[in-house]
This record gives sequence, C-alpha cells and structure tokens, in this order.
Amino acid sequence: MSTDSILSTRGRVWFEALAGQSGKSTDPRDPDSVLVADAPLGEAQARFLCVVPNAAARFPRAREGEVGLEEAYALATHVREVIDSHKSVDRRPIIAIVDVKSQAYGRREETAAIYLAAAVAADAYASARMLGHPVIALVVGQALSGAFLTHGYQANRILAFDDPGVIIHAMHKEAAARVTRRSVAELDKLAETIVPLSYDIKDYAKLGLLYDLLKVKDADKPQTADVDLVKERISAAVDDARRGPKDLSSRWLSAAAATTRSATLKTREAMFSQWSQTS
Amino acid sequence: MTTSTEALPSAHMAKRRDSFIELNGRERAITFFDPDSWRELLGPFDRIESPWLLPQNVTPQSDDGCIVLKGKIDGISTVVISMEPAFQGGSLGEVSGAKICAALDLACRDTENGIRTNAVLLLETGGVRLTEANLGLAAVAEIIASLLSLRKVSPIVCLSAGTVGCFGGMSLVAALSSYMVMTTEGRLGLNGPEVIEQEHGVEEFDSKDRTLIWAIDGGEQRYATGLADVLVKDDVGEIRQAVRSLLKAGVPSVYRSEQVDLYRKRIAALDPAYQWNPEDLRKTWHRENTK
Repeated sequence: MSTDSILSTRGRVWFEALAGQSGKSTDPRDPDSVLVADAPLGEAQARFLCVVPNAAARFPRAREGEVGLEEAYALATHVREVIDSHKSVDRRPIIAIVDVKSQAYGRREETAAIYLAAAVAADAYASARMLGHPVIALVVGQALSGAFLTHGYQANRILAFDDPGVIIHAMHKEAAARVTRRSVAELDKLAETIVPLSYDIKDYAKLGLLYDLLKVKDADKPQTADVDLVKERISAAVDDARRGPKDLSSRWLSAAAATTRSATLKTREAMFSQWSQTS
Repeated sequence: MTTSTEALPSAHMAKRRDSFIELNGRERAITFFDPDSWRELLGPFDRIESPWLLPQNVTPQSDDGCIVLKGKIDGISTVVISMEPAFQGGSLGEVSGAKICAALDLACRDTENGIRTNAVLLLETGGVRLTEANLGLAAVAEIIASLLSLRKVSPIVCLSAGTVGCFGGMSLVAALSSYMVMTTEGRLGLNGPEVIEQEHGVEEFDSKDRTLIWAIDGGEQRYATGLADVLVKDDVGEIRQAVRSLLKAGVPSVYRSEQVDLYRKRIAALDPAYQWNPEDLRKTWHRENTK
C-alpha cells in the first residue's frame, strides 16, 4: 500500500520560481496536474512542463503526483505544440521539471494502455530532441521508473539537485526490496558497493547520466540566489545541448561512465566490431 | 512425471513441434532467418556478462539473457534481438541493454549508408532487472532513443509471444515499434498485476485472477482494441509469416505513438468512477477506428 501521505510540492514551487507563473493550462482537456508555461530563459523563450499532485484528479490512482494517462497525453500535447510552432532557426528549449513518485498503478490504467500513454510522451520528447530542441530535465524531487521514462528521461541533458529528497530510481525502495526478496536494510547495504542500486543522488551521478548536480540552499523553498543559479545552469545545459549530438550518446561517453559503465562501453565496442565482420 | 515419449499421442507431438513459445530465446530468433544466413553477435563464447550480479550472489549468463542474431530475411539484412525468458525473467540489465541499443544504432547506420537493415525484437521481458536497477532504467531510455531513430528509416517488428509477456519499461519499446505482433498467450502492459496489487491491494488488481490479467493485457484484447497490429497463433510458421509480411510492408506512415489527439479523446470519454469491463473497450477502441 502507498504510504506517502505528504504530497510533494517541490515540482510546483520550482516551476513557479523558474517560469514565474502558475502554469495553469488554458487547454480545457488538461488535468490540473500538468503545469505548462512559456517563459524567458537566458536569451531564449523556453517551454516549462511539470507534473504535480492533484487530489481532484479524475483517475483515482493519479492523485498523489503519479504520472497517469491524462498527464502523459497532456505532456505529449504540449511538447508537440513546441515542435509544431517552430518558425525560427533556433528551436525553442523544453524544460521538464521532474518530481514524480511513480507512474499510476491501477487496473483502469492498464486497461486503457498506460504503456502507450507513456510511450506517446516519450516519443514527443525524443522527437523534439531529435529535431534540435534542447530538452532539459531538472530533477528537483523524485524521478522514478515509468514516470521518469514518460517525463524527462528523453532529455539531451539531465540536471538534478544534490539533496537527500532527490531520488532517481527504477522502483521505490520498499517495492524493490520486496521484489528482490531482501530487507530494506540489506538493500541499503548492497547499494553501498553496487552503484546502480543506490538511492543516493551522489551515487547516481557516478553513472555518468547527469550533466550537472546542483547544490541549492533549500530544495523545498527556492531562494532568489538559487533560482538565478539554476536558471544559469539550465541555460548552460541548453547551450551544451545545441552544440552536441541529438542522440543520448553523451550519457555513455561521459567521464563518469568511463569507469562505472565500462560494461556498456565494452559491449558497444564489441558489437560495432562484430557487426560488420563477414561470416 | 512420464519418462517415456511413447505415452504421448502423435498428434500432440506434431503440435508441440510447431510451438514457438516452447522454444528458448535463441531458437526463437533462428526461426525467422533465411536458411544458413545468420550469425550470432556477442554470443555466449564472447562472455560479455553483467558485472553487477556476482557480487549479489546471482549467477550471470554469458549472453546476459539477450540474443542478437544478424542475417537475412527474404534476402534483406535483418537483426533479430531476443530476450531469453528463462534468464532473470527476461529482464533488462546494463549489458543486454547496451547490446540492444548498439544493434539498433548499427542497423540505423547501415540503413542510412544504403544497406537497408530491419529489426525484429522478441520481447519476453518483465522489464528492468532490479538487481541492476538504475542502469536498466537508463538502458530503456537509451533503447527508446535508438529505436525512434531507426524507426524513421527501417521497420521494427516487436513480438510478445509468451509466456513472460512484455512489461515494465520494455512495454514502451513495444509501443514505439513500427508494428506489434502478439499471440493469444502474449501479454503487454506497463505495470505487472503483482506490482499493482502490492501498491493498491487486491481490490484494485487480483494478481491471481488469470482471466482478468489476459482480459486486460492479453494479445486478443490488445489486438481487438487496435493496440497490436497482428494476432497470431502460437505457431512457428504463422509467426514467421506475420513478421515477414510486416517487414515487407516497410516503414509505416502513421504511428500509434504520434496520435496524441485520438487517444486523448478516447481517455476523456472513459468514466473512471468505476472499473470497466475490458470487453466494453473493444467497442470504442475498435481497431478499425485507429489507423
């Protein structure tokens, strides 16, 4: 059973701090859980997107900040609007502010193919990236599993706060312990040496998947100096994304990946070498 | 348990020989190729294993449960990637993820260089391998990125034949492919029934109710609601023929994953006040209204 009774406000407060507005959508089809706004970022006009808890959500399994059916499709709509409204040479950046505890776990969601909804959003983000829109994910809270695949993981560059409340993972700790038949204490112990198991964002950074790990004074209450810093670092990520390739290769070619993901690199190298050999 | 095959009637034996599901991952992949046209890449003798399992007292496998064969199907260069259902539930780890990602990237590179290379993905997978957690999840994101690049130039056919089904992050991969093939035994969904029951209780999803599971995730339902392109019997010949036809059809002009407005309309029309009968969804999500 879900035990998180305190709903996270991080997504909303950072959205408001960075976009300077509430993000309430004007599209009548949108749930209140999806925030969307266009706001200046450096010299560019960027689109900001965020999923927040919505106690009044139509779908009962998507009321605590989970990414459900309506959230995924709304995200896809607003990412594709940016793609479709493209007129200038410089494609507009898309900033996904990420604080999502999970995808929606429910019978209705499975029946109505939430896997497709998640894929539709991932397709929109990836399409934007491949067309040259810098797509930046800023992880301010949780970024879990299918929720992160739906909202953020297709970004050119991922930034996260260096804060204990920031968790990027494949499954929340209690469930992961249950599925792997371990106690939470055993899982914590293993995570000390097995980096991809860790729930600590500092360990996640060792995997080479992050562009930037940002130290802010208060991750729950954005201070002016921190907002300026975060904007600056997002802008730097936008510039870096514009200069780099439009795929995700920067993740496994990063300095940290050279040690932690040596198996990825070895596998790729062997595949490239064997692929073209004639039998 | 019987030790003699004589006890089995011959008709049953003949049926068994045609079953696709009873084959292992490597045997499944081989069935698609023109005779003697294929070879395995990063096979068991290359011994590229997961570095994360032994420290957790899990025995790794020398192909990491992911078989990659390259050869010809109807004379056209094709890579067939098969998740081995018998190893760690067909789960995706760092090495299997990198194998898939690299193979898709190479198929894309070759196609862009004028050597058309198609892809077939046999997705018997529970999703991310939790003993490699974050590297499995990262691999899903990377596979999605590579698949979307390849999809523009070459067809990618995904298959959920059974018995593991296609769940977790890999269900997104299936949803993003050019074509989805399922058998009646196949299943496709994001969250497995056990996980839903654990999160929200047996009233939300009874993971022991096999009829309910197949009514929602099963091949017949996904096909009837337009979410799978072809429904086939568990038969080597039929599956092979279905995949060959789709590869021949080439790159499709429309993808489900781009039809945002259609599916938003469908979700908006559903009333979440009660649990739906999956049968009813077939009326409004009829496959003929989809593409």
